[in-house]
Amino acid sequence: MTVVRTTPFHPRLSELNDQGLYTHWQGTLSPLRYSHAPKHEYFAVRNSVGVFDTSPLYKYVVTGPDAEWLLAGALVRDIRTCRPGQAHYTAWCDDHGHVMHDGVVFRHSSDEFFLTAARPALSWFEELGSGLRVQLEDVTEGFGMLAVQGPRSRAVLSSLMPEADTLGYFEHIPVKVADTAVTLSRTGYTGDLGFELTVPEDRAVEVLDAVLEAGRPHSIRPFGEEALMTLRIEAGLPLIDIEWHDARLAMSDADKVTPKELGFGWMLRGVRDGSRRFVGSEAIRRELVDGTSRWATTGIVVDWADWDRLYRDHDLFPPKSEHPLPYESMILDDDRTEVGYCTSFVYSPVLQRHIGIARVRPDLAAEGTALRLELAVNHHNTTVQISTTKMPFFDPPRKKEERKKA
Amino acid sequence: MSSHEYDAIVVGGGHNGLTHAAYLAKAGLRTLVLEKNDAVGGAAITEELMPGFQFTTFSYALSLLRPEIIHELDLVKHGFLPLMMPSSFHPTGDGGYLLFGDDHAQNLQEIRRHSPRDADAYERYHHDLDRVCQAVRPLFDNPPPNVFGKDPEDAVDVKWLLDHLGSVEQKVMHDVVRLLTGSAADWLDDYFEHEAVKGYHASSSVIGSKVGPMSPGSGLVLLFHKMGEHDGHLGSWAFHKGGNGGFTQVLNRAAQAYGAEVQLGSPVAGLITEEGRAVGVALGDGTEFRAPVVVSALDPRRTFLELCDPRELPLDLVDNVRRMKFRGVSAKVNFALDSLPVFPALPDTVDHYGGFLNIGPTIEYVERAFDAAKYGWYSERPYIDAAIQSVVDPDMAPPGKHVMSCFVQYAPYELKGSDWETEREPFGDKAQAVLESHFPGFGDLVLHREVVTPVDIEARTGLTEGNIFAGEFLAPQMYFFRPAPGWSQYATPLDGYYQCGSGTHPGGCVIGSPGRLASQRVLRDLGR
Repeated sequence: MTVVRTTPFHPRLSELNDQGLYTHWQGTLSPLRYSHAPKHEYFAVRNSVGVFDTSPLYKYVVTGPDAEWLLAGALVRDIRTCRPGQAHYTAWCDDHGHVMHDGVVFRHSSDEFFLTAARPALSWFEELGSGLRVQLEDVTEGFGMLAVQGPRSRAVLSSLMPEADTLGYFEHIPVKVADTAVTLSRTGYTGDLGFELTVPEDRAVEVLDAVLEAGRPHSIRPFGEEALMTLRIEAGLPLIDIEWHDARLAMSDADKVTPKELGFGWMLRGVRDGSRRFVGSEAIRRELVDGTSRWATTGIVVDWADWDRLYRDHDLFPPKSEHPLPYESMILDDDRTEVGYCTSFVYSPVLQRHIGIARVRPDLAAEGTALRLELAVNHHNTTVQISTTKMPFFDPPRKKEERKKA
Repeated sequence: MSSHEYDAIVVGGGHNGLTHAAYLAKAGLRTLVLEKNDAVGGAAITEELMPGFQFTTFSYALSLLRPEIIHELDLVKHGFLPLMMPSSFHPTGDGGYLLFGDDHAQNLQEIRRHSPRDADAYERYHHDLDRVCQAVRPLFDNPPPNVFGKDPEDAVDVKWLLDHLGSVEQKVMHDVVRLLTGSAADWLDDYFEHEAVKGYHASSSVIGSKVGPMSPGSGLVLLFHKMGEHDGHLGSWAFHKGGNGGFTQVLNRAAQAYGAEVQLGSPVAGLITEEGRAVGVALGDGTEFRAPVVVSALDPRRTFLELCDPRELPLDLVDNVRRMKFRGVSAKVNFALDSLPVFPALPDTVDHYGGFLNIGPTIEYVERAFDAAKYGWYSERPYIDAAIQSVVDPDMAPPGKHVMSCFVQYAPYELKGSDWETEREPFGDKAQAVLESHFPGFGDLVLHREVVTPVDIEARTGLTEGNIFAGEFLAPQMYFFRPAPGWSQYATPLDGYYQCGSGTHPGGCVIGSPGRLASQRVLRDLGR
């Protein structure tokens, strides 16, 4: 029996956790919450600044003269458009054009990349790279990753590393903090202004301490997975094993989705005209040309008055909890025919509405389509009025705001 | 149509006036809001008294605001952002404390530390109170039926009320009556044994009212505050981004987005009437604005005795408004702080500063604080409802610095043998001494202190005698009788003249409901 893995930040972050509520994120201890009030942690991100330990992500270094060739043939987004100093949120597919994993690829130079992945993927890339002049290394344990997110994240980090002040959205840069060389990137999973620090594991606590100290006048606080869940749903960001399953491990076709069906159509430049080839691209090309997508991913927003009425009619208080509902609900049309399903659902404190990420028949995805969401109230199945809407639900200008470089 | 002619004029740009104007404008009425001060908000304003330090001069938190208004006026689009206040802190007076948070089971453990018996009593207490709120809510959120009316429509309303009351369970109905007529102390005695647990729950029973927790009527004030909610949690409070001034700016933007005009620095001198109906208003400088609908968002005294000529009104109404009780007893003492105060038993944490700091350890403490007010003087050791708002919203103060809002009671409007100009700083010293006794070294942290007396409240906001609810929460001044018998449905005896301020049902606090319900009345009368 092995002891569960912990992250390089754990020695300090566990001291700041007065709840002891953890889950296992890919076999690594990960806090659900640090305090009694995950919603307060959520508001740290939406109104000041919070830190999240994202170290359990898998991390791979891809180097060599053929590194770009490998990734261009494996990733859904065109890596050739990613210049050194930039990063791409991307995904990769199986040969049938069904999504396997997502991740962020940081390009350090023409032939050096750093890839994060939600699930282990080393053998997949090694097989695709066989015969190429490319080296792949799993550096998952070598680095901690600390997300510093929220409107004050820039002020906090700028006091430690002036580069933070002008770093653009999805850019990254080597910086020095606490006498440690780290990578600073303008990335995150909260849909807000935010950064991530990729830190050598043996210096993780020192870097964390510097960030917490600089953040103290700004009421910085760590946030856990419960807060993150609300944040990422508001940002319209999908999560593996919730919005989709690894196509290579799925047992039924219904469990597989294409990038287009998952809402990643924006990644598919050059696929329809066949000018770009990667694993699965031919299947995706046919899907695009023939219009065979089974689903469209859309946001849904619940009619507040209908929600309140459903509960009040049963003498219940309408729940407005920030905690996501842990199950999949069907979406119905007016004839009570199933036309889709909701994959994530939450009460959004900043929007004052229940929102969800859903998959519906493509002809019903137009913004503002009135549909119904199945749910149980007072131990009976019923439905509540919803309408489709664009994602992200919450998209503050500060998220992508650029500052002029001196 | 000249620029001085409108479909409706709203007198007063406080939160109810703005809410009302937004609804009228949304319905298509050309609506003008006239505000006497140079900023909207009334008693819900935020002021930068020192560079970077934002003070909530008067009202300081949000809970009673009816959720319908958030959605119907699309306030999120205009910046509505209620921040969670994650904790509630109650020093017990002996160096100990009760600290409540967002986790119900952990709160039970916190109570068990003091009294194992009170833990399940706490669950029962909240369940019973929830049931009472549920029973009262339809009354709260609808206009009071006119039980004195002869109209068939009035009969329909009265039947609705009787049917609803008939559906309420016997025990719940008994609890409703006990709360509406009894004291908070008696109510709490039925549940709790521990003095601090009782003291914690009693604090909301005296806010803004000339009652002690042992006075009959304090139960009503307790119930009223429980009717509020934040994100569906009954009785819980939020801090709006930028304070309640931030909230009224949201309303201001919403009202103007719907097409309402808001004119500042425009004190209305009086209503213009022709043949017994309102046709407009005149400012102090003689400027006239004409509209077939004039709505007063001011309190009942000003609505009936100052804006219009009382001789145009029925004598019984004038008489009732003259006898209506205002009697403000609350003051604010607001601080800019160099750093967070230290509570000796919790030296290394800030988590107890996430919400209200309830400085009134026991019922007896608060009742003794009340005693002085009965005889025309302020409390030697006042009750304080404090909040260090920069902990929840760091934008309220420069990094590392803080603002602390203290609602302080009792401070009677009329002092016997002195006046508030003389007593302003001595009173501020009393409040600060209480804080010093709980947070040693507090005084050294104070960068700035603002004392807002009941006279200041009256002078700056127009609230008669500084009563924060625009008329006390007393049973004879509520529901059918708010502000006066026969005139609880937002109309007045003068055709075209309406009322939408906190002195109308369900009145008081930053609630918006009077503004909303009055707009429904106006629009119905206009056939919209």
